[in-house]
Amino acid sequence: MAVMNLLQAVNETLRQEMKRDDRVVVFGEDVGYEGGVFRATADLQKEFGTDRCMDSPLAESAIVGVGIGMGINGMIPVVEMQFMGFVYPAFNQIICHVARMRNRSRGRYTVPMVIRMPYGGGIRALEHHSESTEALFAHIPGLKVVIPSTPYDAKGLLASAIRDEDPVIFMEPKRIYRAFKQEVPEEEYLIPIGKAKVVKEGQSITIISWGASMREVLKATEMAEAKGIYPEVIDLRTISPIDGETIINSVKKTGRVLIVHEAAKTNGVGAELVSIINEKAFLHLEAPPTRLTGFDTIFPLPKGEHHYIPTPERIVNKITELVNYLT
Amino acid sequence: MLFENYNPMEKKMFQIMNQEGEIIEPDLMPNLPREVLIKMYRLMVQTRETDKKALLYQRQGRMLTYAPNIGQEAAQVGSAFVLEKKDWMVPAFRELGAWLTRGADLKKIYLYWYGNEFGSQLPEDIRILPVSIPIASHLQHAVGIAWAAKLQKKDEVVITYFGDGATSQGDFAESMNWAGVYQTPTIFFCQNNQFAISVPRASQTASETIAQKAIAFGMPGILVDGNDIFAIYVATMEAVKRGRSGEGPTLIEAYTYRIGAHTTSDDPTRYRKNEEVEEWKKKDPIDRMRKYLMREGMLTEEEDKTIALECASIAEEAFKYVEANGDIALEDIFKYQYKEMTPQLKEQMEEYQQFLKGRGEV
Repeated sequence: MAVMNLLQAVNETLRQEMKRDDRVVVFGEDVGYEGGVFRATADLQKEFGTDRCMDSPLAESAIVGVGIGMGINGMIPVVEMQFMGFVYPAFNQIICHVARMRNRSRGRYTVPMVIRMPYGGGIRALEHHSESTEALFAHIPGLKVVIPSTPYDAKGLLASAIRDEDPVIFMEPKRIYRAFKQEVPEEEYLIPIGKAKVVKEGQSITIISWGASMREVLKATEMAEAKGIYPEVIDLRTISPIDGETIINSVKKTGRVLIVHEAAKTNGVGAELVSIINEKAFLHLEAPPTRLTGFDTIFPLPKGEHHYIPTPERIVNKITELVNYLT
Repeated sequence: MLFENYNPMEKKMFQIMNQEGEIIEPDLMPNLPREVLIKMYRLMVQTRETDKKALLYQRQGRMLTYAPNIGQEAAQVGSAFVLEKKDWMVPAFRELGAWLTRGADLKKIYLYWYGNEFGSQLPEDIRILPVSIPIASHLQHAVGIAWAAKLQKKDEVVITYFGDGATSQGDFAESMNWAGVYQTPTIFFCQNNQFAISVPRASQTASETIAQKAIAFGMPGILVDGNDIFAIYVATMEAVKRGRSGEGPTLIEAYTYRIGAHTTSDDPTRYRKNEEVEEWKKKDPIDRMRKYLMREGMLTEEEDKTIALECASIAEEAFKYVEANGDIALEDIFKYQYKEMTPQLKEQMEEYQQFLKGRGEV
């Protein structure tokens, strides 16, 4: 079994999928010759040629819009937004067309496309390079939104996204692109979209998170365990459609929930999770479902970013608060 | 040669037939037999009669908002006529003549404007994308379809329609640019009908012509009399040839006029003078072709009347069908968001169905 980081897992999956299905094409800014600014598409052009892995003009809207046309005419485009902070020019295409073509044409035309984008903070970057705006996409009917938190998940989820006949927004937590390595099987495997994963079983409290924040959550969990608190940890994996069942089953068991995400708090995915829990597990709750998130501010420039991302210490603090609620 | 002879920077307009239906460029006149000419004429009349009926039904409250095509029939029919079955059309929303020319069922077209998504579900062998409303956004799809055809070595070209207003959008520039870089077989067909709702062409761009914008993107552009079906046919034919032989994209500016309102929700008397509209009515594309056909002895008054009556009755029949079959089943609203309904969608649909059942409305 190969040992690789998340970025290598993305690169390896793209290679495998391009080999498996010659309809798969990969393009975006600097994606071809250069192999992407993070090297997620490294060597793909060398291996598959300039008709399978292409440099695009510097135009995010067209990267998505052209991808739509390619999807309609028999290809499976996997396009890259260089950073999530640059996806906004493509919103018209994503919201008005990618998400709607199937419904608009009553199934006659579909867009089997994957839009990959590195997201999240913590890499000491300039403005627009640290965004976590998954909630913007998760609100749009017709899109699926997927976020891996490990190299293993990145491979299985990206392969599923490429094979999915619906469009998938695939967000890659760039803070952990190279943070750790893991054993990743060389053979193909799929992780289903729309299913969350119970990463750790426990009974004191349910913690739900995704992406890079999973690392802080797992560190915080160890710290909590040292104090005799045993959290159950859920990696959401798919932001849309949300796996309500796994969450509800866990909350019914623990009665307490903490949601941790890096994105801003208000109107975020955490709020949606709290609503699901209130609607479906209200009588099982022993403490108010609570969020620990980024602030409702623009992501700070590097000198301030350590204040923004929830740390293990802050997570443990919240866990303790909730476990002791009314007891 | 055509594109060299009509350099858009010199503001030369390509015309074969003048306002009186006289052929002024006989060397460039396409050699088409009578039945083909009558077919083209009939498609224009069908477009006009379909519009007239739609406007009537809209006023009677039987049809929703409708975007009429009156005055632009030659641009639409003449260009779409050149395409083959395997080719693609990526429309905006004012291309009825092109839809009919490509064989789209009028029932489907009316169904769309009647307010039912199934109007956009055309059969597999008719390659027309659904109506696209956000201006110029669909040009990118046309580039993508053409690029995919080129990469997969399929012999297909793509025509995309848009108006003069669309050329102000970033998506226009991005699409033209991409098509130029990757030499995609895309025909950018601008129906310059002089207005984007109320805003006149002069307020959209300081360019002398829209056709000249092609030069900056490394492709030929040509200004064509949009009410001359023969010039449109020939210019599009040249563009299609370029696409098929790997020479890349072309921009065609069809210089025409929107005789009617932007849509039935618009009142054009607020922003333009009636004299201007009357001047353009004299250039009517259907009148022009009729004059030609009659002068050539290919069409009699009697035959002309019959064509108009037949076309009107086809439109009437199609709309009757739509009125009887236009309703949407509740499940269809949920069914097409994804290939398979998500648990959330199932839950929402079932909850609503329960509610309706409780009221005895199922």
